[in-house]
Amino acid sequence: MQLVLEKRTERSNTIALVSPLIAIGLTIVTMTILFAILGKNPVLALQAYFIAPLTDSYSLQELAVKATPLVMIAIGLSLCYLANAWNIGAEGQFLIGAVAGSWIAVKTQGTDAGAWVLPAMLVLAAAAGALYALIPAICKVKFGASEILTSLMLVYVADLLLDYLVRGPWRDPNGFNFPTTAEFDPVATVPLLIEGGRLHLGSIIALLVVAAAAILLGRTIKGFEIRVVGAAPRAARFGGFNANQLVILTFAVSGALAGLAGIIEVAGPVGHLQPGISPGYGFTAIIVAFLGRLNPIGILIAGLFLALTFIGGEQAQIAMKIPLDVTKVFQGILLFYVLACDSLILYRFKLVLANRQVARGAG
Amino acid sequence: MPAYQRMLDPTLNGLHSGESPLLRTVGLTKRYGDFLANDSIDIDVWPKEIHALLGENGAGKSTLVKAIYGLIQPSAGEIRWQGEPIVLSGPSEARSRGIGMVFQHFSLFDNLTVAENVALGLDGKESFKDMSARLEQVSRTYGLPLDPRREVWQLSVGERQRIEIVRALMQDPKFLILDEPTAVLTPQEADQLFVVLERLKAEGRAILYISHKLDEVKRLCDTATILRGGKKVQTCNPRLETAASLARMMVGGEIKEVKAAAGRQTTIPRLVVNDLSLAPDEAHGVRLEHISFELKGGEILGIAGVAGNGQDELFAALSGERLSKDPGTIVIEGIAAGHLSITKRRKLGAAFVPEERLGHGTAPRMKLSENALLTGHAASGMVNRGFIDTAATLKTVDKATETFDVRKAKRDPEAASLSGGNLQKFIVGREILRNPAVLVVSQPTWGVDAGAAAVIRQALLDLATAGAAVLVTSQDLDELAEIADRIAVMFHGRLSAPLAASEATREKLGLLMGGSSLEPKEAAHAVGA
Ligand SMILES: Nc1ncnc2c1ncn2[C@@H]1O[C@H](COP(=O)(O)OP(=O)(O)OP(=O)(O)O)[C@@H](O)[C@H]1O
Ligand SMILES: [Mg+2]
Repeated sequence: MQLVLEKRTERSNTIALVSPLIAIGLTIVTMTILFAILGKNPVLALQAYFIAPLTDSYSLQELAVKATPLVMIAIGLSLCYLANAWNIGAEGQFLIGAVAGSWIAVKTQGTDAGAWVLPAMLVLAAAAGALYALIPAICKVKFGASEILTSLMLVYVADLLLDYLVRGPWRDPNGFNFPTTAEFDPVATVPLLIEGGRLHLGSIIALLVVAAAAILLGRTIKGFEIRVVGAAPRAARFGGFNANQLVILTFAVSGALAGLAGIIEVAGPVGHLQPGISPGYGFTAIIVAFLGRLNPIGILIAGLFLALTFIGGEQAQIAMKIPLDVTKVFQGILLFYVLACDSLILYRFKLVLANRQVARGAG
Repeated sequence: MPAYQRMLDPTLNGLHSGESPLLRTVGLTKRYGDFLANDSIDIDVWPKEIHALLGENGAGKSTLVKAIYGLIQPSAGEIRWQGEPIVLSGPSEARSRGIGMVFQHFSLFDNLTVAENVALGLDGKESFKDMSARLEQVSRTYGLPLDPRREVWQLSVGERQRIEIVRALMQDPKFLILDEPTAVLTPQEADQLFVVLERLKAEGRAILYISHKLDEVKRLCDTATILRGGKKVQTCNPRLETAASLARMMVGGEIKEVKAAAGRQTTIPRLVVNDLSLAPDEAHGVRLEHISFELKGGEILGIAGVAGNGQDELFAALSGERLSKDPGTIVIEGIAAGHLSITKRRKLGAAFVPEERLGHGTAPRMKLSENALLTGHAASGMVNRGFIDTAATLKTVDKATETFDVRKAKRDPEAASLSGGNLQKFIVGREILRNPAVLVVSQPTWGVDAGAAAVIRQALLDLATAGAAVLVTSQDLDELAEIADRIAVMFHGRLSAPLAASEATREKLGLLMGGSSLEPKEAAHAVGA
């Protein structure tokens, strides 16, 4: 007896919809086993991960705060992926955005600069993210370099640049030698939505980005172009759409969104620039994009779900001493299952018996 | 054929009495949503029989054979193999039972050798060496010469099909399905194929044969089953029918004759090509060399030639999928356009229909309305300040559906779900409805049934009558003879001087297609001078 993967003749639309759910189910099963191996009570652990964060207002706000960068980055990535451009370096574009925006905050620190500071930070961060993303895009278009490798490598460049700045030129003189800038001025900070709460303006921006992407992809010729270039490159060329231009465009947009997410994170929840501002948002957003089926609304839901794993991971660490890295394991397993389940849309499992005897009917 | 005559026909009854058919479908039904692609079809195929499956585009022929080959699961009904009901879980099971299939669209890897391609398609566990030896032996036995070491890209369409046939034969099938095998073959290649099929029949195998070419069905097939709208209309002996009576059964009425309007006037030159030379952009392409012609409004120029002699490259250069450095090499509506993108050329009034329907002419997984937008976004008012006017795209779909009788399961399905011929009608319709000044079309009736082919050819003629310049590339010489005013031949990237249609005899065209020149007199003249 043998298990083989056979190509489906008809694409299964049902599976296309339920495949993310199957993936989540399988991930939970795997995690249960993993918790048991770690000697933790799986029921309690899963409860800490998935239920506890949903029970109080603080955690719910925190959920939105964590989902904000994930959703913004993932929307940008989904545009790239739909157009067959593989931006893996959103983490780097996120960091560069954070750095560029912080530059204004650091330079205006303590001056009486007005309300223009925050908008200027947002614009500069988006521009820096876009420019940074253009490096791999242009290398791909001009020299045929694999954008997967170049965009990924630039993540480490950005990471080290940030590290250098906060340890050197931008270090807070009154910060006891900690590698961090001084706390940003109020004009350089993203306003809160609820006094004394966690929810900030960035979440509204993320929702606007989702809406804009939904309109772009569903209603405009540019969105159509993005979808055709990815789905049928030759037909797209026949339609007069230029795949190279689209690589440039989608990389720029996704870099801008990642950069924007970076500065919002720094000028919002964190409040200053320091290493470790991202728990891997740029990478987790890849999972969000695929789990959300590269669809804006799907990404919104998937972003909230993955935010839950971050918060749940913290809670599980506090309550049950489960290492925080388990969250990364969790996310990795989830991506694996999402991609694996996606192949079920086009393929199916089949059991092949050694001697091909099919039950003989009455005829 | 009247019922009594059918009862007397030995090939249909007497001869087979006593034995059971090799394959029988009973009430075979395939439903897509609430659309019946196959509606309770009964068909018997006997050993030693070449059985034709006829029907208009979308009649359900491919659906039926896909069910028999295990590619799709029937919604109802039964398949009986040598009298036993079987349920096929997939093509590999069909193959292991002795059912083979050759698809119309080849599934070969260009950069692999013949032997490697065959090995990929076989389920067996024999070594590559044994397999190659067997490949050579089978191809020799059946007179289908193939060099196992050649890479596929070097082969002609006919040779590629040979690979598919040999691959199917290496499984020693009792029952072989061929879906429109001659649609892409030259007449000579088709003749070679028929010899092989006769031989397979003599060996006791059964063949189920799909084709739109009724003459070859009459020549080759012992039995014909005709489908219309998913239902079986009749099973008959095609030798006792005429092509016209077969066509009538398929359509359920008469087929209109294609008529050119008398006294078509030619006007200004609308498409001019001046000494166009272009290096191929991929390793296996053909170099275009010094191509020149002029096409006036009201005129149809046909380009004949064996596939792979530069027709694809010429299409890409004309459409703007390949740009030429020198703008003047291609002039559309009086404007130098060699350097212009396909979108700009469309705005000048040009329209294009490529040979490949799925993946080139349309995005297979997108809806028809989106595929209308694919070529209509440039100049058809479907886009308003960057926003798509969905109503306008749907209107194009509806109009093409109505004008060209596109049959489909719902109003706006995915392109890939249409039958081959219906998709072709949609693509041609989509372009003609834009009222182009210049239409460049490749294989306009490839795989299209006789009725629909007549509709498409008539539309091309009408377009020319209305003043457009039409360039038709086709392998079908009869088609070119029917609609073209002048015919030129493409060979090794060069285009012959066009012949007036009245002078373009099969012999002359055949010579040109083989690379000979038609100008012995001029040569003599040159020597004399
Ligand atoms: N996957 C599908 N989903 C919905 N409808 C389908 C699907 N496949 C086929 N159909 C419909 O079933 C009908 C029969 O299609 P089929 O491909 O069998 O036609 P055909 O007789 O082979 O035509 P042609 O000569 O044009 O190849 C068509 O109207 C087609 O639109
Ligand atoms: Mg078909």
